[in-house]
Amino acid sequence: MRCSLNLLASMIILAAPAAGLAQSRFNVGTSLSQEEIKTFDFMIGPEGQGLPPGHGTAREGADIFAKRCAVCHGQNGKGGIVRRLVIGSPGHPHSGTFSEADKDGVSYYPYPTITWDYINRAMPASKPGSLAPDEVYALVAFLFYQNGIIQENDVMDAKSLPKVEMPNRKGFVPAVPVYPPDPKNPSWW
Amino acid sequence: MDTNPSGRRRFLKHAAALAGVAAGAGAGAEWAARGQSAKPEAKPEVAESDAKDPHFGHGEPSRFVKSGRGARMSIDHITYYTPLQDYAGIITPAGLHFVQQHSSHLPDIDPEQHRLTIHGMVDRPLSFTLDDLKHLPSVSRIHFVECHANGSPMIHNAGNPNMGLPVQFIWGMTSCSEWTGVPLSVLLNEAGVQKDASWLVSEGADPGKFTHTLPLAKAMDDVIVAYGQNGEPVRPEQGYPLRMIVPGWEGPFNVKYLRHIKVVDEPYHTWNESMNHSVMRADLDGKSRWYHFEWAPKSVITRPSAGMKIPRPGYVEITGLAWSGGGKITKVDVSTDGGQSWREAKLQAPVLPKAHTRFNFDWAWDGQEAMIQSRCEDEKGVVQPSRAELYKNWGITEADKPARAIHFNAMQPWKVARDGSVHDAMFS
Repeated sequence: MRCSLNLLASMIILAAPAAGLAQSRFNVGTSLSQEEIKTFDFMIGPEGQGLPPGHGTAREGADIFAKRCAVCHGQNGKGGIVRRLVIGSPGHPHSGTFSEADKDGVSYYPYPTITWDYINRAMPASKPGSLAPDEVYALVAFLFYQNGIIQENDVMDAKSLPKVEMPNRKGFVPAVPVYPPDPKNPSWW
Repeated sequence: MDTNPSGRRRFLKHAAALAGVAAGAGAGAEWAARGQSAKPEAKPEVAESDAKDPHFGHGEPSRFVKSGRGARMSIDHITYYTPLQDYAGIITPAGLHFVQQHSSHLPDIDPEQHRLTIHGMVDRPLSFTLDDLKHLPSVSRIHFVECHANGSPMIHNAGNPNMGLPVQFIWGMTSCSEWTGVPLSVLLNEAGVQKDASWLVSEGADPGKFTHTLPLAKAMDDVIVAYGQNGEPVRPEQGYPLRMIVPGWEGPFNVKYLRHIKVVDEPYHTWNESMNHSVMRADLDGKSRWYHFEWAPKSVITRPSAGMKIPRPGYVEITGLAWSGGGKITKVDVSTDGGQSWREAKLQAPVLPKAHTRFNFDWAWDGQEAMIQSRCEDEKGVVQPSRAELYKNWGITEADKPARAIHFNAMQPWKVARDGSVHDAMFS
């Protein structure tokens, strides 16, 4: 009996710090001000949360695309050394379901903000993050125009871009994680 | 941030190297050269002769060991495959861990300059240095990391001389390491997650700014912000200096070069998640699945496997790996007659949750044609399916030829011919 009491006592002692860890803070790390966060917080949400001021049109984008993008993506986003960016054509967006090959184009993305976000943070590959917001808006306008999603004179900015209707908006099954995963309805199915 | 001129030089150098690959030159050469130049310099007190010894400092394998990673590269993508056929146990040596890089080159990050931020829906937005993280309570756990496309139908028969034997280039995008770091829950607790938050979106510092979404519940459970891999700093190909390890879930969740974690209230569906990592499914009326989360149980015989030759009839040790995102592997069966009969294999200790598990099976080969394959079961009672069973679940037929059917966990049959040569029999 005494033995088991000792064991119980030691278990309580062992358990206490672990329980404490989950609750208390260590006060490690440096506080960030909103101004500091603005210098690196570039991930854009599906409704356009975080889009900066600026604007651009397809005409402006054509010039930038030729200078900064065509070397890899091909003239007008086709025939380059990487996957094409354009399916459909001006005035004629891709319709119906998307085959595996159709995934190449920006038409496949469910949200218009995805193209903006990726170009802004990751392109051009030789100098990612070097494009100004006006240039990114113009490039998105150019690609959407080439894909037949918007008109040539449509101005893309923080307000208009999230409202663009993407042809594949309804082509995705919403992500609903079940956690912890349910073996009878597994998330990997 | 990315404005340093070396990024452009690296990109151009990489592009030049790729031209060599296209012409049939060894794909790994440029990267191998870079790996050597990145070796820590010897300290001054070491004699010059010692410093040149490849077994001193960060020692290299014997010059007689020829096994290594196989490569497939393009202008915007790097893939290295782990040589599963050549190794024993469950731990993948860090220099042989598979690589799936969604950019033209790897970043070269100074850990002194690197910061991890947690912001968004938190009470106290914070920035952590590597030193800060090493002063927090650590955990060290053995987990596999696996590319979501590993073993998928598109990879079979796509081999080239740079990619190694079939088991390497078909299944070599899974690797298993001891990951050491801080539980992400500790960091989120420091920052104070607000009550309406439900997801995280994390960004890496690689040229492609690899970004992935993660449900908050998983983040608070067993996710590790890792700075250690198999006892040493996380390798540059694996995200040095920091990698998010999401145990048991598909590879893309494990963001490398981790620098920003934004706490949000919806999935962000970023570029990779919406394009490369979404899958069109016949059973979902042709719609695409955005995320698959957890890996289902998988296993593969690594030896003997396609491209090898059994020297003579008689004793053969069949060995392989099994793993599951659902927890521990509880059982592995092996068939040597094309699935007509099964016998249980021996599981080699340690058997750990969400980790590679080594299995061994004694076989007396009679010199006749044979079909060998393994089948595993995890602690949730989920059994690895055959390809036919998997296709049925997905609502597709053989004729559909699902080239990019990712998240593929079917059994892998290897055919043994009378001369002892072993061949991939997944589709024949």
